[in-house]
Amino acid sequence: MSIQDEALPVGTAPGTPLLRVRDLHVEFRTRESVARVLNGVSYDVEAGETLAVLGESGSGKSVTAQTVMGILDTPPGHITGGSIEFKGEELLTATDKRRREVRGSGIAMIFQDALSALNPVFTVGFQIEEQLRVRRAMSRKDARKRAIELLEQVKIPNAAGRVKQYPHEFSGGMRQRAMIAMSLALDPELLIADEPTTALDVTVQAQIMDLLKELQLQRQMGLVLITHDLGVVAEVADRIAVMYAGRIVEHSDARSLYRRPSHPYTEALLESVPRLDLKGTELRSIKGLPPNLADIPSGCPFHPRCKRVRDVCRTDVPPQHEPEPGRLSACHFAEELVAGD
Amino acid sequence: MTDNIIEVRDLTKHFPVRVGVLFKKTVGHVRAVDGVSFELKRGETLGVVGESGCGKSTLAQVLMRLEPPTSGQATFEGRDMFAMKGAELRKLRRDIQIVLQDPYTSLNPRMTVGDIIGEPFEIHPEVAPKGSRREKVRDLLDVVGLNPEYLNRYPHQFSGGQRQRIGIARALALKPKVIVCDEPVSALDVSIQAQVMNLLGDLQTEFGLSYVFIAHDLSVVRHLSDRVAVMYLGKVVEIGTEEEIYERPTHPYTQALLSAVPVPDPELRGKRQVIRLEGDVPSPVDPPSGCRFRTRCWKAQDLCAQEEPALVTRDAGDHPSACHFAEQRAIVP
Repeated sequence: MSIQDEALPVGTAPGTPLLRVRDLHVEFRTRESVARVLNGVSYDVEAGETLAVLGESGSGKSVTAQTVMGILDTPPGHITGGSIEFKGEELLTATDKRRREVRGSGIAMIFQDALSALNPVFTVGFQIEEQLRVRRAMSRKDARKRAIELLEQVKIPNAAGRVKQYPHEFSGGMRQRAMIAMSLALDPELLIADEPTTALDVTVQAQIMDLLKELQLQRQMGLVLITHDLGVVAEVADRIAVMYAGRIVEHSDARSLYRRPSHPYTEALLESVPRLDLKGTELRSIKGLPPNLADIPSGCPFHPRCKRVRDVCRTDVPPQHEPEPGRLSACHFAEELVAGD
Repeated sequence: MTDNIIEVRDLTKHFPVRVGVLFKKTVGHVRAVDGVSFELKRGETLGVVGESGCGKSTLAQVLMRLEPPTSGQATFEGRDMFAMKGAELRKLRRDIQIVLQDPYTSLNPRMTVGDIIGEPFEIHPEVAPKGSRREKVRDLLDVVGLNPEYLNRYPHQFSGGQRQRIGIARALALKPKVIVCDEPVSALDVSIQAQVMNLLGDLQTEFGLSYVFIAHDLSVVRHLSDRVAVMYLGKVVEIGTEEEIYERPTHPYTQALLSAVPVPDPELRGKRQVIRLEGDVPSPVDPPSGCRFRTRCWKAQDLCAQEEPALVTRDAGDHPSACHFAEQRAIVP
């Protein structure tokens, strides 16, 4: 199957999407082994749209983001195939200079742990201003003015005073806001948020998610939200890509995915989360462990943990099915799942 | 004897804040736990929820007698926990065990799993005579769902979920009556989290354990707890059965906390009541006067700044709530 023939998920208008990732392969090579971390990841993000990338540790969700950003550590990482197009422009073959230009002003990223993402020996203001001065050739004075505006946009009270403070003087939620302000400094068209609220308390998490939604709407940014939290995804995502063992196993619009998952892994994930509104007795846990990426199981990588496993799953890698228009599932029995056997 | 295994009255733990290098001067106190009372019944799970810095982990450490309390009483099976010495204290340490949050740092990387789980027997040899220890460790591994043959492996050879099982096996080694679980599943992936929560539930039934289950994740707490205490800035603001807290919360903080939890159902998007709190939790060095939540509360009035609300059952509710203006409000869909 050629890349062009691949069925495209819902919301993907013909023409050029903001970001188009196709058949991305990444390996981590160490002395002992080769871990196949990404095994053909494809997705699109449109302007103003939120794509949630959902998965557990080691599923490849952060590596995909790092590859798109061009901040993957090489070595041990090696990009062995695929393409990443930003507004129609291929990034993987672009020069370092061009990639630097895109980074920040085209695609920006925020991270889980704001304390380690910010430099502790410079003030928050300096770190925001630095990019404005280098990339936009602004004067110190203008950069400071703009930094204060940005801090105000992310609703940091007393921005004019806060701009002179160091990261350790900020609380966890404020630090996350400061990092968001920094990522917005060069007006990116696409924001990648890698577990932006995982380290935060629920009440603060809600504030930050509200802020991200609001900023996205104002700026019509594309947002790639990387998370393992099924609750957060349900509240903000337009589309969801579920990753397992370096593959997207299900790609669907948010409502359909929660109503009727088309991959057994998604189904199992949904059954295994404790819910605030349901007091269950026993959670249906997924047996076993995620696979070792240096030794991915034959056939469907999920088959050793799947409760719907059949013989074909052990031998054949499932092709992409389109069980419903606009939905993709890498399960041999996707149609059955959606039909609700 | 009552069926309360642990009773805690007005427990406080203050940490001094010191400045200076040679001549240290105490400039204030972090009031980590500031007047907490509750009881833990035999065989039940008491969930303790709250955000970072609310004092829930300090509470665990005081209950474990890892930190001396600043003031207050606690009894274990009717006897004063903080007055215990010698043999009685050793017995207490057997009876209360802890499972810690981070399975990566709470296991010694240079010890084998067998040694980690067997170490409690070195300290309390009366539980298992030397010859039978190996066998006991195998049994424990089996109980927590690990292969007993893994005895000679090291922690780094296990995944996060398996390590947490090792931590649980270690806690079970001395046949405790109470296990304090301090965020036992928050470092784990969703699919693994469910396995560990189910294990904790099964062990409770099998061994008749009582749990103090500390977590920041309200969904996890609801799933495992019989009763729940909600903490804010060192105080319990609301306490009741799982149903009372989740279905009929009366304290504004509990209501805000519940409304902030995302529910994994896109159909409810925009249909849920949302209470957004402004700002951050104030510093526990200098907590607000009166009600500590008043600086973020939408109901705050002058009374809240002057008078600290007591944790008592009020007209509006069927369980204790520390709010002058407590009123029932259904939050959870």
